[in-house]
Amino acid sequence: MEVFLQLTVSGFSTGMIYALAAVGFVVIYKSSDVINFAQGELLLFGTYLTFFTVVQLGLPWTVGVLLTLVVAIGIGLAIERLVLRPLIGEPIISMIMVTVGLSSVLRAIVNAIWGPRPRAFPPFMPTNEVHIGPAIVSADRLIAIPIALLLLVLLAVFFRRTRDGIAMRAIADDQMAALSMGISIPRVFAVAWAIAAVTAAVGGIMLGNIVGVSGNVSAVGLRVFPVVILGGLDSIGGAVVGGAIIGLLEVYVGGYVGAGLNLIIPYIVLVLVLMVRPYGLFGKEIIERV
Amino acid sequence: MALDCGVFHTTYESDMRLRRTPVERARMALFVAFLLVFPFIASPYWLNLANQIGIATIGAIGLNILVGYTGQVSLGQGAFMAVGAYGAGLLTLRLGLPWGVSILGGCILTAAVGTFFGLPSLRLKGLYLAIATLAAQEIVEWVVTHWTALTGGTEALVIPAPRLFGARMNSDFNFYWVVTVLALLTAVFTANLFRSRIGRAFVAVRDQDVAASVIGVNVFRTKLLAFATSSFIVGLAGGLIAYYRNIVTWERFTLETSIFYLAMIIVGGLGSIRGAFFGAALITLLPAAITNLGRALQDSAPAVAVQLPNIQQAVFGLVIILFLIFEPEGLSKMWRNVKDYFHVWPFAYRRGGSRGG
Repeated sequence: MEVFLQLTVSGFSTGMIYALAAVGFVVIYKSSDVINFAQGELLLFGTYLTFFTVVQLGLPWTVGVLLTLVVAIGIGLAIERLVLRPLIGEPIISMIMVTVGLSSVLRAIVNAIWGPRPRAFPPFMPTNEVHIGPAIVSADRLIAIPIALLLLVLLAVFFRRTRDGIAMRAIADDQMAALSMGISIPRVFAVAWAIAAVTAAVGGIMLGNIVGVSGNVSAVGLRVFPVVILGGLDSIGGAVVGGAIIGLLEVYVGGYVGAGLNLIIPYIVLVLVLMVRPYGLFGKEIIERV
Repeated sequence: MALDCGVFHTTYESDMRLRRTPVERARMALFVAFLLVFPFIASPYWLNLANQIGIATIGAIGLNILVGYTGQVSLGQGAFMAVGAYGAGLLTLRLGLPWGVSILGGCILTAAVGTFFGLPSLRLKGLYLAIATLAAQEIVEWVVTHWTALTGGTEALVIPAPRLFGARMNSDFNFYWVVTVLALLTAVFTANLFRSRIGRAFVAVRDQDVAASVIGVNVFRTKLLAFATSSFIVGLAGGLIAYYRNIVTWERFTLETSIFYLAMIIVGGLGSIRGAFFGAALITLLPAAITNLGRALQDSAPAVAVQLPNIQQAVFGLVIILFLIFEPEGLSKMWRNVKDYFHVWPFAYRRGGSRGG
């Protein structure tokens, strides 16, 4: 029971980080049909920018994090404008490969500036141990859960209440109709990339706190695929639920079965979901078959 | 197909030829002559590069059959090459088969595995299929590294050097002939495949699967056949790597490998055999050129030399992005543009229509 609780909390917090990475992915896919293979690198930038501002520049962590988020928005906007916009309407393979190329460039930039040596993340988050019943969890893992959930609620509000959020849903629904209602598609795409970059940066900060400042942070980029397929490619709620399920599944399998099976279980789930229910738990059912 | 000015085909045979004009045939002869002379004038360093390009060309043609011609995006190239390499290596190590037979066995095994992972294409298209092949990549990689009893896990698999008539075939010079002949055979096979009913069905599925099924193409079977054909050739590339290096390690066949090969066919040109060769050459030579540049700069600008791996990675990404934005049809289109330019010189207009090949 104690082990179970321990695993559940740690799996859930990992899952919420996956959810943060996945939400950005979903927002981009929903509005512009682009599969972002560079999501992991956006997380990487979040981690390293915070490390840079807080440790290397010596700013207070609040300012550092804020600055990280602002720069992340800038990066998101720049990527959309320079790389993605010329490719609107190109086939899927081009979209996949351009973000793959992007991830290569982004990783090279991070490595060139900060080098491959892993560093310690600035210790501004509480690290004391929290007792939940019989389980002991470190607070930095626990804190990922409320922050992720808060951000996801904010996003939900954004999609329901704000002009840009509603425009984004309109474009996801029917691009032609949205265009004829005077919605600027490039603007919405730009907003989507900004949101993706910010959520990824927050995810990167959380993750950097847990695994340290290193290239490993970007490995989460690939974990996003099982999460979004399970939850449904175009569903934000699905990203959260999918993230939680994949995170939990990983630690349960790692804890109870072992043998490195936790590394592969998300992909087995991915294949099963694709076979049985390709649109995932909450995705829109528009798979075309021949 | 656009006709060249002044060339009139009077028989079906001449119309259906792969090289249809004397100029094209002369260019091909020149290329083959170069391939024949090259190993005698090249240094071992260049021979090594040429062999790498040859293997990459085979792999890229294989991937192009699936992605470029049939339109099924695959991120599982690395995994399929791993099956070919481990298959070929293990058949020799465990069953003592001669290397030619075990490479063939590896190809057949890869075709089987490729077909299996092609099964999701029954229901999935485009992006979903790409993600399914991503899962295939991760699963095969995991099996290779964790099935220690069979593959040796993360330890390298050392296989005996291939021998033919008592000569070691994996020296740079000898292996060059193996690779070149196989690459040419693969190219000719593929060129002819797409003049046959089966190959045309592949292209029909890519262009409009619904229309293809209306005119009597069994779409699912065609997709599976494309996966099988493609994986067979990809397995050949994997087997060749195994025997060229004498050693099989899983690091050679990661997702990064898949991406490298996708980059080759994007940069070279999707759905083009010539493009597969161009792309394989560029993506193989680029890191080598940057490494050489770094060596040259080692003394004068050590700061740059240190950043070399990062420069390599950034250039690789930039090449993909720039090609996709500025020349989505890749090097083979650029080659065509150059040809057209000289063809109509001194006039500036282009020949109408585009030609595959």
